[in-house]
Amino acid sequence: MLKIDNLHARVEGKEILKGLTLSVNPGEVHAIMGPNGAGKSTLGNVLSGREGYEVTAGSVTFNGIDLLALEPEQRAAAGVFLAFQYPVEIPGVNNTYFLRAALNAQRKARGEQELDSMQFLKLVREKLKVMQISDELLHRAVNEGFSGGEKKRNEIFQMAVLEPKLAILDETDSGLDIDALKQVAQGVNAQRSPERSFLVVTHYQRLLDYIEPDFVHVLAGGRIVESGDKTLALKLEEHGYAWVREHGEPAGASA
Amino acid sequence: MSQALPFVEAMGAATLPVSGIAWLDASRREHLDAFVAAGLPDTRMEAWKYTALRALAQRRFAAGDARAIEHAVDPAVFGLPGVYGPRLVFVNGVFRADLSMLDALPAGITLQPLSQALRQDAESLRFVLSRHEAEQGDAFVRLNAAMATDGVVLTLEAGAKPDAPVHLVFLGAPAEAELAWHLRTIIELGEGAELALVEHHAASGEQQHFATLVSDTYLRDGAVLRHVLLQQAAAGSSLIRRSRLQLGRRAQVSSHVLELGGALARHDVRAELAGDGARFVTRGVFMPRGRQQVDTQLAIRHQALGTASDSVWRGVADQRGRGVFRGAILVAPGADGSDASLSNKNLLLSPNAEIDTKPELEIHADEVKAAHGATVGQLDERSLFYLRSRGIPMAEARALLTVAFCRAVLDDLPVTALREHLAGLLALDLPT
Repeated sequence: MLKIDNLHARVEGKEILKGLTLSVNPGEVHAIMGPNGAGKSTLGNVLSGREGYEVTAGSVTFNGIDLLALEPEQRAAAGVFLAFQYPVEIPGVNNTYFLRAALNAQRKARGEQELDSMQFLKLVREKLKVMQISDELLHRAVNEGFSGGEKKRNEIFQMAVLEPKLAILDETDSGLDIDALKQVAQGVNAQRSPERSFLVVTHYQRLLDYIEPDFVHVLAGGRIVESGDKTLALKLEEHGYAWVREHGEPAGASA
Repeated sequence: MSQALPFVEAMGAATLPVSGIAWLDASRREHLDAFVAAGLPDTRMEAWKYTALRALAQRRFAAGDARAIEHAVDPAVFGLPGVYGPRLVFVNGVFRADLSMLDALPAGITLQPLSQALRQDAESLRFVLSRHEAEQGDAFVRLNAAMATDGVVLTLEAGAKPDAPVHLVFLGAPAEAELAWHLRTIIELGEGAELALVEHHAASGEQQHFATLVSDTYLRDGAVLRHVLLQQAAAGSSLIRRSRLQLGRRAQVSSHVLELGGALARHDVRAELAGDGARFVTRGVFMPRGRQQVDTQLAIRHQALGTASDSVWRGVADQRGRGVFRGAILVAPGADGSDASLSNKNLLLSPNAEIDTKPELEIHADEVKAAHGATVGQLDERSLFYLRSRGIPMAEARALLTVAFCRAVLDDLPVTALREHLAGLLALDLPT
């Protein structure tokens, strides 16, 4: 489904990703872990097409198409979703209006029928139940005045409505207390399916107690230096990232 | 030098309208002579610093449209949801009884064209018609005083509170020549009267006319005016307006303004908070694009105890559009305990767009609360990316954020249907 091959990317002239290679199949959950500055957030931003991230080498294909050639909105329509580490507050834009505009824009781009307001409302009601989000959040402006936990839950709720093929969770656990973390994880788990893949980017192992990954990769110095199953996350928790650096980083690849 | 300008020359050569009312005809002659002598203002004058009239000065306009009564007009061009009350329609400056709706006026309201009012009782209008000019009106006020033969006279008796909003429609329609037309509006709300008023400048087809509108509004003690100004003049037209409002004790004005049309749209508003506890609230959006120039000049004068004014304005300029906003608040000596706030935030959607904003505050009284500020910025890149990452295309994302930026201006508009319609106009006016 997602094939990242030898990806190099720069931000503000500084090379952050230095030959990242990763393959994700439908239904798989991959955790990307790594120390601060390893390039974790850069990966999510490059995949979703944020401006200011320059790909200098390598390729990314998504279901056979060149993902890097697409505009952000085309990537979304193709099924890529990024749950932001810092969701943006947009005063004056109603949450429901925004979500319907987004869903219908994606459907239109895919040549599907747009949903009218009744159909959309029905869909939203179903998804609200799963996410345990109160209606009240829907009537507010996008993320405006939301608590940290509400913002992250709103991200996952958007994901539930948009039903992407690949969801990238960018440090979704950051800033959450344990209850909020559990709620968010529950929302994610409810959306796991044989067709949907996840890239869970996180600094801490904690999130992976609740979202169980099929694979864990360690990102350091702009590339993946170690891959394994979920036990790798536990090793990291025990030994710290210094262990990976000594243990796994190839010679000459230091950041 | 100014006599040589084609604009002034053409106006000066026009035949003055004759009313048969001695004082009025004499005053028209005086004003035309004064206009020709002084010519047009230039950018050396503070009030015209950012709006150059060079292009206008080179043009010649024909005075009046002899066939204005014949132009076919589709009522859809001025229809507004939620606005279904009495209506007065002018096409190219000429009253159109066939498009107006003046029968079955609610109790306590008098609404008629100025031409008719002058025929019935000119003397009662003498004071008001002389007033604007007496106070050193500029070129356009003089021109209006000389040439305006029609307009609106609207009076509400004390305590009258008609339900339906009154709709004043000023339409431009294509004619054989580029026209100049001039209208004069006089509105008086008696003690405790309440009125909803929609002032609507619209276009019935493309044209490049020049128009002036001078209006006076008097609110007696406790009167309330809810005013909506929708300016959708033709893209090639020039529209110069001068509005003066005088508020008595505890009188209240709330004004929602959308400045969308015109090649050159200038509006000077002077609000005099003359009675204790008077309150003046404005909410406005101006949106110049293409080569439009939209210039709004607010002058709010707190002249009595405990008066309040609150102004929230948004400007959005795209392409080569040019916006000018001046918000001048004066708290006069003795206007103690007044409360004045003014905010003007602006958005530039293109590197060639320009907005000049100037808040001014002058306080000569005690215990005054005053706040004012102005900003000019661009669309937030993070917000744009957020919307696009959810599948919303660039143009739509820009439009969504721009409407959101302006939305606060419409939020407290009481008529839901009209509010939604106006919000829709904001979105429509954005290039995609």
